[in-house]
Amino acid sequence: MTKTDDTLRAPSRRGFLKSGIAVGGALAAAPLAGRAMASEGDPAILEKKDWNQYLGDGVDARPYGHPSEFEAHVVRRNVGWLTADPVSSVNFTPLHELDGIITPNGLCFERHHAGIAEVDPAEHRLMINGLVDRELVFTMQDLMRFPRENRVYFLECAANSGMEWRGAQLNGCQFTHGMIHNVMYTGVPLKYLLEEAGLKTNAKWLLPEGADAAGMTRSVPLQKALDDCLVAFRMNGEALRPEQGYPVRLVVPGWEGNMWVKWLRRIEVGDEPWHHREETSKYTDLMANGKARRFTWEMDVKSVITNPSPQAPILHDKGFTVLTGLAWSGRGTISRVDVSIDGGRNWRPARIDGPSLGKSAHRFYYEFDWDGSPLLLQSRAVDSQGIVQPTKDALRAVRGTNSIYHNNGIQTWHVKSGGEVENVEVS
Amino acid sequence: MSKFLKPAALLAALAVGVTAAHAGGKFGLGREATKDEVAAWDIDIRPDGTGLPDGKGNVSDGEEIFAERCAVCHGDFGEGVDRWPVLAGGHGTLSSDRPVKTIGSYWPYLSTVYDYINRAMPFGEAQSLTPDEVYAITAYLLYMNDVVTDDEFELSKENFTEIRLPNEENFFEDPRPDTATLRDGDPCMSNCKDKVEITMRAHVLDVTPDSEDDEAAAGSID
Repeated sequence: MTKTDDTLRAPSRRGFLKSGIAVGGALAAAPLAGRAMASEGDPAILEKKDWNQYLGDGVDARPYGHPSEFEAHVVRRNVGWLTADPVSSVNFTPLHELDGIITPNGLCFERHHAGIAEVDPAEHRLMINGLVDRELVFTMQDLMRFPRENRVYFLECAANSGMEWRGAQLNGCQFTHGMIHNVMYTGVPLKYLLEEAGLKTNAKWLLPEGADAAGMTRSVPLQKALDDCLVAFRMNGEALRPEQGYPVRLVVPGWEGNMWVKWLRRIEVGDEPWHHREETSKYTDLMANGKARRFTWEMDVKSVITNPSPQAPILHDKGFTVLTGLAWSGRGTISRVDVSIDGGRNWRPARIDGPSLGKSAHRFYYEFDWDGSPLLLQSRAVDSQGIVQPTKDALRAVRGTNSIYHNNGIQTWHVKSGGEVENVEVS
Repeated sequence: MSKFLKPAALLAALAVGVTAAHAGGKFGLGREATKDEVAAWDIDIRPDGTGLPDGKGNVSDGEEIFAERCAVCHGDFGEGVDRWPVLAGGHGTLSSDRPVKTIGSYWPYLSTVYDYINRAMPFGEAQSLTPDEVYAITAYLLYMNDVVTDDEFELSKENFTEIRLPNEENFFEDPRPDTATLRDGDPCMSNCKDKVEITMRAHVLDVTPDSEDDEAAAGSID
């Protein structure tokens, strides 16, 4: 990574307008080369390049590899005005630059309430206490002796798209939809740990707690814990990243990200919920009449077109065009995604490619022949429960505009005739 | 079994990575937690008062501690400095266009106030307050929110659960799905609307990073 972000910045809308052409990653080189090509041929072919002639780095140069320097713009981004402080804050996964369903570990969005706890695994303990036969303490070594499972799940912040409740605000799917990542977790089914402690007959709720300075706690119903929760220590094959809870986090498939307690140090078993700060003051959804929903755990069916999008304008002329995006549901798999290029007047089924796993992201594609005219792009997912992704207006009709969380409304991108893309709302 | 729970024996067992003190679980992993260990970490409080420690504190003591430990972010009267959370006021705003959600206007249970201050505040120096200090700060927050009006009011483990916050009744369980499902009929595929018009543009608001007036942004998460 020798070049700065400035020289390799992604094609932002502003940069796009100023320069007329995007100076982005490798993809932007094609139209430039096309324009510069003299009658005798393409310099990219006719001229020898350094990498054709000279030796590259040896195998010892990159013990833990990094992306190409030409991908330096593919990074997590922050929105400074969202929070009072960068320590209790959030950043965003660059969805517009990714493909497939797996989020690279270094790009998974972060949400902390007291910063990144740097925990020494040798000094980390997981305690189970409360309504159990035996209150237990596990070391990391102990946890890694339980039978393990590998599962791919999305983790979506309850506040993902929350800034868009009142209308189109942030220009890019990284910002409007990037509080999500989708990785393969390796971990121990939580039920094994609870069985090890022995549940009392009046056990009904769990309180997982983090080891960081926020002491994050949430009340989780026992039924969910016994169903599919994992106590995970690996993501995408390697140890959790510190910012994702190293050495161990809770995995609560399909449910709002706040409940996936990081740096997990304790699980209390009780007979009533605790009504802690993160399930009263926060992560409760205020309705227009002043009353509020609580325990809104599931993340409902949702999708977004990641490319084209405001940070990923169309850089080629009219003709064959690949549209792609992500769809997911906390209630199961995605059975179908429809795409509209005319703002929801007409829809066509998209093509889902890659694994279709429960409570995991799905990758969809829609290939079409762009005639160069303006478009209003939308995607609409349907999950295996038969729940249809609603429009934002349909959500607002039920919930108003102040519920902050759980905005799964259909996103519209306005593609202009030059290929620039903007976040808009439509009638 | 009990001999294994003596600290010396326990440490010896841990030192060689042996979980000799397990008590017959399915896999025989882990060891029993000591009372002191559970007490050190189990600090959570429930609305029925379960978990509250012995102690007490009054409004005027709370005002003093708040000024010293809390006001730099939350303001002398809980009004919030800059973007830091507002802790008091906002009564009657929940159904308005711009709700102000505070302890007094929104939070359902006083136990949450004690629990959260005790576990996570002050921001950057969590778990540095004594039980009496947390009771006193909690009493001051009640006073600032007009839940108590006597500036000599003393909050204690004994009278804690007598205090109810105004908004307790206004929370209800998740009623979703609250939008259309396939049971309501397949979604429209063609000629779904007569015309489509753009009604709002992020371009106009211009608060995305790299834009020039990102101070104009509306809404926040915290």
